[in-house]
Amino acid sequence: MSKPLTITEKIILNHTDLNEISSGDIVNARVDIALGNDITAPIAIKEFEAIGISEVFDRRKIALVPDHFVPNKDILSAKQAKMLREFAKKFDIENYFECGEAGVEHALLPEKGIVLPGDLVIGADSHTCTYGALGAFATGVGSTDLAYTMAFGELWLKVPESIKVIFEGKPKKWVSGKDLILYLIGQIGVEGANYMALEFTGSTFKHLGMADRLTISNMAIEAGAKSGIFEPDEITENYVKSRAKRDYIFYKSDEEAEYAKVLNFNTGTINPQVAFPHLPENSVDINEASAKNIKIDQSVIGSCTNGRIEDLRIAAQILKGKKIAKYTRLIVIPATPDIYRLAEKEGLIDIFMDAGGVVSTPTCGPCLGGYMGILADGERAISSTNRNFKGRMGDVASEVYLANPAVCAASAILGKIASPDEVS
Amino acid sequence: MIFKGKVFKFGDNIDTDAIIPARYLNDSSEENLRKHCMEDADESFSSKVSKGDFIVAGNNFGCGSSREHAPIAIKACGVQVVIAKSFARIFYRNSFNIGLFILSADTGGIDDGDMLEVDTDAGEIKNKTKNTLVKAKPIPKFMSELVNAGGLIAYAKKKIKEGKK
Repeated sequence: MSKPLTITEKIILNHTDLNEISSGDIVNARVDIALGNDITAPIAIKEFEAIGISEVFDRRKIALVPDHFVPNKDILSAKQAKMLREFAKKFDIENYFECGEAGVEHALLPEKGIVLPGDLVIGADSHTCTYGALGAFATGVGSTDLAYTMAFGELWLKVPESIKVIFEGKPKKWVSGKDLILYLIGQIGVEGANYMALEFTGSTFKHLGMADRLTISNMAIEAGAKSGIFEPDEITENYVKSRAKRDYIFYKSDEEAEYAKVLNFNTGTINPQVAFPHLPENSVDINEASAKNIKIDQSVIGSCTNGRIEDLRIAAQILKGKKIAKYTRLIVIPATPDIYRLAEKEGLIDIFMDAGGVVSTPTCGPCLGGYMGILADGERAISSTNRNFKGRMGDVASEVYLANPAVCAASAILGKIASPDEVS
Repeated sequence: MIFKGKVFKFGDNIDTDAIIPARYLNDSSEENLRKHCMEDADESFSSKVSKGDFIVAGNNFGCGSSREHAPIAIKACGVQVVIAKSFARIFYRNSFNIGLFILSADTGGIDDGDMLEVDTDAGEIKNKTKNTLVKAKPIPKFMSELVNAGGLIAYAKKKIKEGKK
C-alpha cells in the first residue's frame, strides 16, 4: 500500500511527474492559476521580459487583478496599472479585470470560479492562501516566482508538513470565521505554522458557510503558514458548481496521514476576538477589549478577509436605523463589483450611508495603508482586515485593531471598541 | 562567498511593512525602495548603511506581505546578507530568488555595530568584535544553487542556454 498522504501532499504530488513525495522535498510543480496584482505584477513583468522568451505558458492560466491602488490613486499607481493592462493586451490574458470588473483579487477569483478545488495556485500576494477554503493548494509567492511561472507554467515548491486544526461544536452568537482564525493565531503565534500547511476540520464548519472558510484560509499566512486548506464537502460543491467553467477534483487526506501537530478547540468556549496592535497574535476576548474603553477614530469593513456579502449583511444588521458616533469614520468597501451591486439591491448601502458611513468602490485601499482611509499619527482604527502591524494603515504612530465585521459595526456606533451585544 | 561589514541589529517580527512601507509601493524602482528601506523600524537606516553591511535580526524576519520590494530594497542598500534566528517563508524564498543571501542562525550574541566576516558557503559567521563564531543552519542544495546563480531568473536563463528548458 502506498504511503498515506495529506490533502496538501496529494494535490502537490498530482501536479508533478513524481510517483511519491514527502514533506520537506523540493519539487517542481505545475501551476493551474498564477496571479498578480498592480503592485506585484509590474516587477514580475520586468523579470518576465528579462528571461527573454516571447510567450506566456498559457494565457488562460494567468490572472491579473489591479486592486491595490486601483482606481488609480496617483500618477505612479496609474503607471503600474498601465503596465498590467499593456501586458494583458499583448498576451491576450484571459483573466485580466479592468477597473469596473475588478475587485479585491482573493474575493474575485473564487466568486468568478477561476480558482477551483484541487487546483495548485500561486499568487504574488501573501493572501493567495485564501483559496485553500475551496480545497485547493494555494500559496503566496514573490514577483520573480510569478515571472518564472508565467514563462514556464511550473514553480519550485517545498512540500510542507501539515498541522491539523480541529474546531468542534457550534459557534456562539456573533462568532465567525474571523474569530476562530484570530483565536488560533493567538494560541500558536504569528510564527506558529511557519513553512507549514494548516488543515482545518471539525463539526464547527457545518455551522459556518464558505465566506467563513475563505476568511480563515485567508489569514493562515498571519500564523506564518504556507497554506490553509479545508477538505471539500457539500458546502464547497454548492459554492463552486454554478461558478466553475472547467472540471475540478475533490481531494481528501488519508486517515493515516502524518501531521506535525494536531490541535483541538472547543468552539463553544470562544467569544468574538479583537487583535491588539501590532501583531495579529495579540487577540483577546471582546468582553475584555470592550472593558478597556478604547476609543476609535475609524472603522473599516472590507478587504479580502471580510469584504464579502455575508460580512456586509451582518454589519448592516447592526447598523440599521442607527448612527455612528460623532467624529468617527465608518468606511465600507464591498470587495467586488458583484458584492457591491448585491449590497445595493438589498438596501445595505443605504443603511451604511444613513448611519453616517461612506461606501467605496472595491479596492484593497486602506488595508495596507494605500489610500481611501489613511490614519494620522495618534489615530486608531478597528478593522475587519488582516494585519495590524505598526504603520500598516498609515502613520507609524497610528494603531489598528482587528475584528470581525459585527464588532467593527458596533464599535463605529459607540466610537469605542464594543461588542455587538452592546448595541442590539 | 565571503562578506565583511558592520551589523545593523533589529528585533523579532520585523514585517515587510517595516522593511518597505506600502505607501512607497507605487514605484518599484530600486532607488525609491533603497531610500525608504527599513524606514518604519529605523528612519535613518538608509543613510547610515554602507555596502557590505549586515542586517541581523531575531525571529520571523520579513513576515507579512509577499512584496518582493522588501528584499529588493535591502539589496539596493548594499546589504548582501541577512542573518536572523528565523525567517517568514515568502521573504525567505523571495531573497533566494533575487540572489540575496539569507542565513538562519542564533543571533542572540550579535549586537548592533559588531563587525562580522561571513562565509556563506561554509555557513560561518565570525564576529570580529567579540571574537566568536556562530554556525548557520545548512541551506538545501537547490537553494544554494539558486542564490549562487544570482537568483531564479539567472538560473532559468542558464537552463535555457543548456537546452534544459
